[in-house]
Amino acid sequence: MSPAVIIAGAAETDQVGKLPGHSTLTLHMEAALNAVRDAGLSLRDIDGIATVSAPGPVQVAHALGIVPRWIDGTGVGGTSFLLHVRHAAAAIQAGYARTVLVTHGESGRSRVGAAPFRIPPSSPAGQFEMPYGTFGPTTTFTITALRYMKDFGLTHEQLAYVAVAQRRWAAKNPRAAYRDPITIDDVLASRMIAYPFHLLECCLVTDGGGALVITSADRAGDFAKPAVYVLGTGESAEAPMISQLADFTESQAFRLAGQAAFAEAGVGVHDVRHLMIYDAFAHVPIYGLEALGFVAKGEAGAFIADGNTEPGGRLPLNTNGGGLSYTHTGMYGMFAITEAVRQVRGEAAAQVEAPDISVVLGNGGSFATAGVLVLGRRPR
Amino acid sequence: MTVPTSGPISGSSPGSISGKPVPVPTPETQPFWDGCAAGELRIQRCLDCTKAFFYPRPVCPACGSVNVEWFTASGRATLYSYVINHRPAPGFGDDGPYAIAVVQLAEGPRMMTNLKGVASAPEDLTLDMPLRVTFEQRGDIYLPMFTPEAAS
Repeated sequence: MSPAVIIAGAAETDQVGKLPGHSTLTLHMEAALNAVRDAGLSLRDIDGIATVSAPGPVQVAHALGIVPRWIDGTGVGGTSFLLHVRHAAAAIQAGYARTVLVTHGESGRSRVGAAPFRIPPSSPAGQFEMPYGTFGPTTTFTITALRYMKDFGLTHEQLAYVAVAQRRWAAKNPRAAYRDPITIDDVLASRMIAYPFHLLECCLVTDGGGALVITSADRAGDFAKPAVYVLGTGESAEAPMISQLADFTESQAFRLAGQAAFAEAGVGVHDVRHLMIYDAFAHVPIYGLEALGFVAKGEAGAFIADGNTEPGGRLPLNTNGGGLSYTHTGMYGMFAITEAVRQVRGEAAAQVEAPDISVVLGNGGSFATAGVLVLGRRPR
Repeated sequence: MTVPTSGPISGSSPGSISGKPVPVPTPETQPFWDGCAAGELRIQRCLDCTKAFFYPRPVCPACGSVNVEWFTASGRATLYSYVINHRPAPGFGDDGPYAIAVVQLAEGPRMMTNLKGVASAPEDLTLDMPLRVTFEQRGDIYLPMFTPEAAS
């Protein structure tokens, strides 16, 4: 089956980082305008809208003067934008929309016009996790790691090396927040956040946004930039509370979303030349490499430490520097997609050689949800 | 100007005391919290597939049955994983770095908790160490906590 849709436009906000002059909504709008311009279209060409609340698709569409005939407000954390691409593909195939705009904007650092964080004390997490002093993802997402380390022998040095490898990519990216080289010792000497995680093993908290224009593949060639084909997609969910994850040494949602996306695309891991794995914390790429089948269970730490994923390695991973060194607004998934698009087009800051197939794995919450996209330079 | 004095804990707001979050029970979780107040760890199990489960809900997550019952768990558990948090949540600022743990109950389900009677230090917290439940009052609620079995 030929792929249904392409990514015709992809862009980020003019800047990412610390942007106290931008509200959350402004970040959405700036990213949207940049993506529509990237496609060579105007906002009047958009008939479908997808984004996360708040501000949500109604607010974003209205602010931009878009009258949607298809709306997706799927909000399942940082992977939501990967799911929006998947849902947009289905909608375009069904004829519900022709040109879909997916937007992300988040004033994650400056908190300008941002929704407050609040977990109701009567919610499951409010009753069964919050009372024990959880305080955001640094205390929940991280809690699986010691189990993995004990069961599979991952060392503190290997965990630290994930940040070292990604910093080597960030050094090549002028937009990255942190570009100076770091060593394992630097990582292990950085401030303890939540043992076993040090500061440099945790993602940044930044402001920024990104947006995509999705349309039908029969229009490939009509746009300003080379089409990026959406060859396969997958999504899944596991536990809304980290304590209820079935197995702390793996992500079932990562695995199931990956299997669906690879099967639809008709490709295997050996076809993949570029990979983006959501890296809110240093252990997440380890879980992702194993869940997607790039390495066997327990091998990912050594695989990264052996240099396979850094510049010059055989599987370039998180080539923008990732959430650890590039940017992380809170819902990072959009930035993993925009970097994959740049790589497939051949316009990335740290361009890898001819990535005909790029795979993006997004995470939502603390291993709660997952989305996977298989993107390609050509239809299959 | 009147000083709000309604409720048993003057100056507290619903859902918190001394800044630490206090759970607000819901109808499906009330039996769990009633158990804690009575010094018992009451969880649910399925009468069709026999699996025990937690957190409280009216349907068995293993088989979909609504034929479920409450029972009193043994209170025995092992340490499944943890972090030692150095950026305290509101209300935890005086505690120093504290362990947030996930324990595996002898009956199978897992739950998040804090550890009592043991230092929050990696050398003192060995995964799979045996633990037993203890209860700590916070506001009107008794929270299940766990302590090393050897410390009993």
